[in-house]
Amino acid sequence: MTTESESENVQQDTTNPDEGLRQRHLLGLEGWSARDITRVLDTAGQFRDVLERPIRSVPSLRGVTVVNLFYEPSTRTRISFELAEKRLSADVVNFASSGSSVSKGETLRDTARNIEAMKIDMVVVRHASAGAPSFLTRCVDAVVINAGDGAHEHPTQALLDAMTIREQFGRIQGLRVSIIGDIMHSRVARSNLHALTTLGADVTLCGPASLLPVHLDRLLGEEARGQVRITTRLDEALDGCDVAMALRIQMERQGRSLFPSVREYHEQFGIQLEHLETYKDLIVMHPGPVNRGVELATDVVDHERALILNQVTNGVAVRMSVLYLMSDGRKQHE
Amino acid sequence: MTHPDLCIREALILDVETGQEQLADILIRGGTIAAVGEGLDADGVPEYDASGKRVSPGWMDMHVHLREPGQEHKETVHTGCRAAAFGGFTAVACMPNTEPPIHTRDVVEFIVERARKEAVDVYPIGCVSKGRKGEDLAEMADMKSGGAVAFSDDGSPVGDAGLMRHALEYASMLDVPIINHMEDLDLNPHGHMNEGEVSTRLGVKGIPGLAEEVMIARDALIAEYTRGPVHVAHISTARAVEIVRDAKRRGVPITAEVCAHHFALTDEAVEQSDYDTHTKMHPPLRTAADVQAMKAGLADGTIDAICTDHAPHAPNEKDVEFEAAPFGILGLETAWGLIGRELIRPGVLSLARAVEAITAAPRRIMRIPMPRIAVGEKANLTIFDETTEWTFEASHIRSKSRNTPFVGAPMVGRAWAIYNKGRLVESA
Repeated sequence: MTTESESENVQQDTTNPDEGLRQRHLLGLEGWSARDITRVLDTAGQFRDVLERPIRSVPSLRGVTVVNLFYEPSTRTRISFELAEKRLSADVVNFASSGSSVSKGETLRDTARNIEAMKIDMVVVRHASAGAPSFLTRCVDAVVINAGDGAHEHPTQALLDAMTIREQFGRIQGLRVSIIGDIMHSRVARSNLHALTTLGADVTLCGPASLLPVHLDRLLGEEARGQVRITTRLDEALDGCDVAMALRIQMERQGRSLFPSVREYHEQFGIQLEHLETYKDLIVMHPGPVNRGVELATDVVDHERALILNQVTNGVAVRMSVLYLMSDGRKQHE
Repeated sequence: MTHPDLCIREALILDVETGQEQLADILIRGGTIAAVGEGLDADGVPEYDASGKRVSPGWMDMHVHLREPGQEHKETVHTGCRAAAFGGFTAVACMPNTEPPIHTRDVVEFIVERARKEAVDVYPIGCVSKGRKGEDLAEMADMKSGGAVAFSDDGSPVGDAGLMRHALEYASMLDVPIINHMEDLDLNPHGHMNEGEVSTRLGVKGIPGLAEEVMIARDALIAEYTRGPVHVAHISTARAVEIVRDAKRRGVPITAEVCAHHFALTDEAVEQSDYDTHTKMHPPLRTAADVQAMKAGLADGTIDAICTDHAPHAPNEKDVEFEAAPFGILGLETAWGLIGRELIRPGVLSLARAVEAITAAPRRIMRIPMPRIAVGEKANLTIFDETTEWTFEASHIRSKSRNTPFVGAPMVGRAWAIYNKGRLVESA
């Protein structure tokens, strides 16, 4: 897809009005249909091909301005979005909370409205407060894409995870995926739970009891509850499992309340090389950044069955797909 | 407008104690009831046609935040009294989490002075501890002499069990209640909504009911031991109601109040409103089972009073992301319409019991004389009905702030006017 005409093929293929996404914003994957998720993954596959070409950009979002509004420190997600935007030829503005008007006490609404007054089409937002992206949709007319809000959702992470799993297995339906770690504080776990169960996988949530939120069994609607299993034992989570997705542990949560120590965490919930030897087909994933020797033994991080770097590559493709498909919402709105 | 003389025509007068009604005119002269009877000769004084409406002793909300002194951009004594009058209340008791806090007699007297010209009686609640810091007892006896009717560090709990013990001992001597904001902060370090199914779905840090229940259980034991009267502020969970019920059965001097929003809404409202900060208050909206327990607790008398926890916050303070927003909503203007909708119409409470919960109950707890509708008494009354169906609109808000989730909500029952301190204030 090195020529403009080829990239136009992508555009024609994806602007069929009968196949537009149902949502104008990407706030979370709760409520997204299998059709819409699959559509994002299919389009991401096409952009993945673009990323393998010598010239890795297409003009799809030329003239579209995207602001990356990051209220939480983030390296990987911000760079991934920024690359995706640039490879779609969008104009990109970065806003990080440190050193900006936020430290002078401006409200989120005012910041967003000021930025929008500079004629912005799409906002990618990362915020520590759950619900901040939907709050933004009430402040501005731009299309809002959630890049992680509190412990609520991180939809593009789950989409890139789904893409990586589908790439590996050729399907998601019927797979068994275990999500292991700090479920309570994890937006990655919530988004993955929604996406994977919608696509037909069975999901096991595993972690120390003090990091499992209350009523976890009721996170999904009744019709999907049979697809979810909860355990505090790693061996139960790994036995018969196709994909083990380890979550990052926040070091500051050890100690007083949530878990005793990183050492004990690794012993009880860390994935070791022996696990990969016992479970011969097990695939390991991690949203990064990895604490080596905590969630994953360092040999596991570098193992051929760890797909962590594939996830990163797919992250750019999935975000290109999301930005591209959601930009339709911007056009319809005008 | 002052109306020292007024004749209220054809009012159905409700006796809160017996539930009996009497259709009569009430003639008020110089702010005092001069006659009660049928077809009174008004002798040319202004008349208020109350036909089809009821009259009861003036209502009292025992838990409001008037924000003065210190946070006048949210509310003042004057605007808070306006909101109270619209809602049918002739009296409010205001919490001491002001700046400075109501923790000395001069601040108590300041509030009393600010309220002197209002149609609504304002009863200050003093702090339990100096500076509301939960460390040393404030000068309760002196504040009582200045007009304080109860003591509380509301907004924060009296967390130190030893301090609570001494506060209750001292309160038993003064015959005033200690009102505790029931929350064990160790069990709720950073929550923003009820901890449960909905908070897990929304990814919002939860406030477990356990934090409230542990503190109520502790205070019930301390009250039993000291015999000091403890009052449970804004009860909100089913288990908490059980603890109070058991304590009352054992004869513990404990009473409780519930906010109207805690029997009108559940935590589902946070999700349905898409993280609207007008669904964020403290204690948080709980579950449907908790709402049922609030109703049962009111019906059997475990919960004595209905209040609002009227907590004004300026629009710019609430118009932020959910976790950044302060806790609290307005309540004075919407309380009666919610009582009618949720309690009286569905038959949870009789009309007389519902009115008792906003008249006799709060005054009994705070040792304030109950107004009577009888010749020779100061006229202090509310004119209302419990059947009018109406929709609450932003234009009904009398508070200086706007933070209510009930704009556009259906209401059943309307307070039409209050009469107090020689003044008639109409709502319509």
